Amino acid sequence: MKHIKSLMLATAIASAALTIAGSAQAQAKEQYIALPSYRVGPYAAGGSGFYGGIIDYFNLVNQAGGVNGVKISWEECETEYNPSRGVECYERLKTKQGGATLVETLSTGVAYGILDRVAQDKIPMTMIGYGRSDAANGKVFPYVYPLISSYWSQAAAMIKYLGDKDGGMDKLKGKKIVHLYHDSAFGKEPLPVLEALSKQYGFELIKIPVAPPGSEQQSQWLQIRQAKPDHVILWGWGVMNSVAIKTAQRNGFPRDKMLGVWWAGSEEDTIPSGDAAKGYTAMSFNTPGNYPVLDDIRKKLYASGKGNLADQARIGSVYHMRGVTAGILWVEAIRVAQEKFGKGKPITGEQMRWGLENLNVDDARQKAVGALGMFPTVKTSCDDHEGSGAVKVQQWDGKKWTAITPKWIVGDKALVRKLVEESSAKYAEEKKITPACMK
Amino acid sequence: MIYREAGQFKTSYQADNQIFPIRQDRLALTATLLAAVFLLPYFATPYILSAIMIPFLIFALAALGLNILTGYAGQLSLGTAAFMAVGAFASYNFMARLPGLPLLVSFILGGLCAAMVGIAFGLPSLRIRGFYLAASTLATQFFVVWCLTKIPYLTNYSSSGVITVQKMTILGYQFDTPQSKYILVLAIVAVMALLAKNMIRSNVGRSWMAVRDMDMAAEVIGFRLMRTKLLAFAVSSFYCGVAGALYAYAYLGTVEPEAYNLDLSFRILFMIIIGGVGSILGSFLGAAFIVLLPVFLNIVAHGLSLPTSVASNLELMVFGALIIFFLIVEPHGLARLWQIAKEKLRLWPFPH
Repeated sequence: MKHIKSLMLATAIASAALTIAGSAQAQAKEQYIALPSYRVGPYAAGGSGFYGGIIDYFNLVNQAGGVNGVKISWEECETEYNPSRGVECYERLKTKQGGATLVETLSTGVAYGILDRVAQDKIPMTMIGYGRSDAANGKVFPYVYPLISSYWSQAAAMIKYLGDKDGGMDKLKGKKIVHLYHDSAFGKEPLPVLEALSKQYGFELIKIPVAPPGSEQQSQWLQIRQAKPDHVILWGWGVMNSVAIKTAQRNGFPRDKMLGVWWAGSEEDTIPSGDAAKGYTAMSFNTPGNYPVLDDIRKKLYASGKGNLADQARIGSVYHMRGVTAGILWVEAIRVAQEKFGKGKPITGEQMRWGLENLNVDDARQKAVGALGMFPTVKTSCDDHEGSGAVKVQQWDGKKWTAITPKWIVGDKALVRKLVEESSAKYAEEKKITPACMK
Repeated sequence: MIYREAGQFKTSYQADNQIFPIRQDRLALTATLLAAVFLLPYFATPYILSAIMIPFLIFALAALGLNILTGYAGQLSLGTAAFMAVGAFASYNFMARLPGLPLLVSFILGGLCAAMVGIAFGLPSLRIRGFYLAASTLATQFFVVWCLTKIPYLTNYSSSGVITVQKMTILGYQFDTPQSKYILVLAIVAVMALLAKNMIRSNVGRSWMAVRDMDMAAEVIGFRLMRTKLLAFAVSSFYCGVAGALYAYAYLGTVEPEAYNLDLSFRILFMIIIGGVGSILGSFLGAAFIVLLPVFLNIVAHGLSLPTSVASNLELMVFGALIIFFLIVEPHGLARLWQIAKEKLRLWPFPH
């Protein structure tokens, strides 16, 4: 026992010394980005794919010489999807390497925990596909970016898709739509949009919550079977999704009538469900498929063992592609900001904010980075931190996802905007913020 | 040699009844407190203050609350996070609905609300004990979080059920820097820890311990079981409630009910088990262990430049292994280790 004790003490001291030595190396001329990520815990599958995609793209950019010669550097910190640890990670990462210029948490809880801090520290935060939908109003949330599409835009697009599927929005009248949701902030986020649309188009909205983590759904599906709905929206996350798909099969509910949120539409949700997932549809802000940028990642990184994912088969999977998309948008923001504030120089957090607010990733730009059609075109402004709001619907054929809507779908934008204005005005009043565009 | 009480004579009951009867202990505590108040805010980085010290103090307060209930009164509870949630959401609602209410008063009111919920869910303890009681306090955990997600009034009708807490202002001074937040949390925790220590030494604490050791015997010698047990639940929940309010106001800033899940209850339970059940100091040591160790392991793994996927899993394994190791070496927790060290110091350098 004595030896073990002294051995442990020695390791502890040695590692502490190493830490100090390691952090002493200063790095210059690099664009530093903070990644409070999670690779263990109940949501590890999502985290490892998403952050793997980001890091793969960063490595690709750095291999080609960086953004006008400025290399991207980053640091990860394990949050376990836990808000308390996430805040600790953010505080630790933000001052490293001369200060972080961007942060992404991929967690509603962590993002809400640092929402006020990022504005104070002037570090832009992206919430790609999650988080506060009303942050689309840049006058109230200058440092928060729900890029591509927020939950509200997605919910509006879902109803648009279901209406089109039934043969026109007027056909929705009298139909029944079940909103089967993760009973948390995440699951309740789309309710204002769904309720408003249900009033507008006259469909009946049945709200059925599932207590997290959602591994038991017998009673909910019994309820669904009794209600005989025309569509079921599955607003789930993590283990809840595959349980829902399997329980639907057991209850004889057709899977092609189920429409998942984009956190319920990855390989990690469908493969564990086996045959039950065949025909299941879900939203996505990526078009599944292969792209030149993914080939580059395979060829230039994974071939020489520099890839971030442990399993090469996951390249181009839903979460990985989402990560690559995030990487592309950020690098484009850095590029835009450099064009204004000086090429070949690392930019500050405030300049990054400007870059994110003046993004214009059109087809030509997508083509240049080898990702034409991989995600909708994104054009942001002070008024619109979302920049797009367009999504696709994908279907699982038993082996892979395929997009079943050839065009990008956009829901009722005016309604979403109205809700964004109302909700952000309420936030501004609570926090005593005077809404204004930043120069 | 240094740590010896030779020559320290107690000539009054007061001197004999001090919290720290040995002068060296008193000096050490004073020095620690002085350093915490005067040195840390100036020399520690904002990271240390806002990401390490503040959560450490808040979790220590919550662990203290649970320790009163489980460690001293012997009532097992798995509902700590729920009482924290009640404290946080009640404080938020008092602040939001009664404009001009002083911050500290709203914290106290939040704590009182938690105490009431604690009494209500402590009622089963009159009939059942041990693991059965733990299962019934589990109900608190689910019921409170369910209420907070179900009743929009409690979250002030926010669409996603997440509350954004108000700014902390006391007498016109705004607590918005890491330093000021830290000082506020430190002051509240220090005062409440002192209160707890004295409560434990008074007849209230003795009645709790009597009930813990054998409730039948305690009843026979005249302790009123109902009052004693419910008081333990009330006081413990009050502490947890204030800790929850601090967690929301001084640490996270915005909270969703899910932040106070069963996982947090378990973490606080681990804190008192590792720190020492039935010890005020143990609550602090346990909180430090559970809050700091993962951070330390994470930094170490980073210093060794391990791939993050390996580091994250390794961190969990080392953390688990260390907990098991500690509990095998010292099942009574870190507080007991400290006590042994002190006893040895008193005999040093001439052990028997």
